Amino acid sequence: MGMTMTQKILAAHAGLDHVAAGQLINARLDMVLANDITGPVSINEFDKAGFDSVFDRSRVSLVMDHFTPNKDIKSAEQCKKCRTFARRFDLENFYDVGEMGIEHALLPEKGLVCAGEAIIGADSHTCTYGALGAFSTGVGSTDLAAGMATGEAWFKVPPAIRFNLTGQLSEFVSGKDVILHIIGLIGVDGALYKSMEFTGPGVASLSMEDRLCICNMAIEAGGKNGIFPVDDITKEYMKDRVSRPYTVYEADADAEYEQTYEINLSEIRPTVSFPHLPENTRTIDEVGNIPIDQVVIGSCTNGRLSDMKAAAEILKGKHVAKGLRAIIIPATQQVYKDSIHAGYIDIFLDAGCIVSTPTCGPCLGGHMGILAAGERCVATTNRNFVGRMGDTTSEVYLASPAVAAASAVAGKISGPERSR
Amino acid sequence: MEAKGFVHRYGDNVDTDVIIPARYLNTQNDKELASHCMEDIDRDFVHKVHPGDIMVAGENFGCGSSREHAPIAIKASGISCVIASTFARIFYRNAINIGLPILECPEASEKIQAGDEVSVNFDTGVITNITKSETYRALPFPAFIQNIIRAGGLMNSIRNRTEEKAE
Repeated sequence: MGMTMTQKILAAHAGLDHVAAGQLINARLDMVLANDITGPVSINEFDKAGFDSVFDRSRVSLVMDHFTPNKDIKSAEQCKKCRTFARRFDLENFYDVGEMGIEHALLPEKGLVCAGEAIIGADSHTCTYGALGAFSTGVGSTDLAAGMATGEAWFKVPPAIRFNLTGQLSEFVSGKDVILHIIGLIGVDGALYKSMEFTGPGVASLSMEDRLCICNMAIEAGGKNGIFPVDDITKEYMKDRVSRPYTVYEADADAEYEQTYEINLSEIRPTVSFPHLPENTRTIDEVGNIPIDQVVIGSCTNGRLSDMKAAAEILKGKHVAKGLRAIIIPATQQVYKDSIHAGYIDIFLDAGCIVSTPTCGPCLGGHMGILAAGERCVATTNRNFVGRMGDTTSEVYLASPAVAAASAVAGKISGPERSR
Repeated sequence: MEAKGFVHRYGDNVDTDVIIPARYLNTQNDKELASHCMEDIDRDFVHKVHPGDIMVAGENFGCGSSREHAPIAIKASGISCVIASTFARIFYRNAINIGLPILECPEASEKIQAGDEVSVNFDTGVITNITKSETYRALPFPAFIQNIIRAGGLMNSIRNRTEEKAE
């Protein structure tokens, strides 16, 4: 029996010729990652176990992105703990305010993760890097502490679901709509413990940023990882970012998939996830009249340059609806700078939006845009659970940057086509 | 090893944001985290939970964020064991790594109701519903995971392994 792309990467990192679904393996790691929330818990575990070195100071990344710039004294203490740890072990990849970005936008941008690698992060959206053809998955702080110390982690080799992509996306439809559509189709536990492998002729039509967004939300279907094949678009993205040699893995022709879904990209409409689960999807044509109080455009899901561009194209020459707060958060310093040079930031400010320094902030109800009781927000983020962005009676509607921008102008959930 | 207590019952897809909302993640203190456990779906939980009590839920328990603060909060609240039909994978790993006993048992998840008195034998995987006089059998852990549990969590098991190599 052949192996899936994920299984091949895991086999190589476990030093095995072959692995099969269900097998427990110990795999070598190319990068381990934590942030200012999960990092301190990892450091406590690391210290408690009495370790006095990290496995490789160039392969441990700490990114201060969740409650930064620090929202309160306790958050500042958490960052201080990470900073002290980074200095102690002279970590090469410690990203503090001024250099940081949202971790899952930052690591690919800096070339710290690439094709063929195995990566764990103490953040559930670590699955993002599958877009580059890597095996990448989220873990908790204790697994991460063990990873920092040993450079290894145990895995149960996952079975896979295949998504065969055909056609190409229509105007105003993006990777976000693809992944929301898929989560709506299979549910929030539809890929529980499994790989989501995206294949087919439609892949070539998806930009790297679309792929990063799609893999980012694999966890929202319960997936262990999401993964795309490596093609010219991947290689072009890595060209100026990754100088180390990398390995391109391909699924075997006789790889086993538990299920195959046929996804025609041409048929996907702008899609919105209603409260309080990402699987509660409706197309923009079915949303009805939902007045909103706030829009957030940013996050590890949709804070990249193409997301800023999509929002700017809708907001150009327009103004957000009276009484609506629009918060735009470029995910990294580079995205921020590129957005200034492209004129997007002027467009946002003229439209009555605010633009923030990179932070996860409102996505997880941390700071920078918390909702009051009963308020509604259209967000390009990844979760709309009860209380995720504020009061337990507030509501988050997940959508693409184009839908979020159009909704900001209309003051209610609205499709981008209408904004013309 | 055994657990015994009264049941706090929840539904499907209990996410880690409701187990411990992110606004409280500026601390690593387990007691402080426990004081907000389940707050966003069950404000009374922290007042009614007693040491030894058992949490029972449906499918995909612990979905969402990877925050280890979620099993830490549950454990520090006094809950002795979580029984669910299925667990989200990161929560599953985290619970084992920090030593919060969890059991997958669709039958128990379906039949146990809030307030039932339940005992769990971790060696046999047998769950006894004392209130209803029923027993259910949980899926056993693979040997590899049993070793982690026996060592008292992941870090201890790794330390043991490292020491074995050194000898």
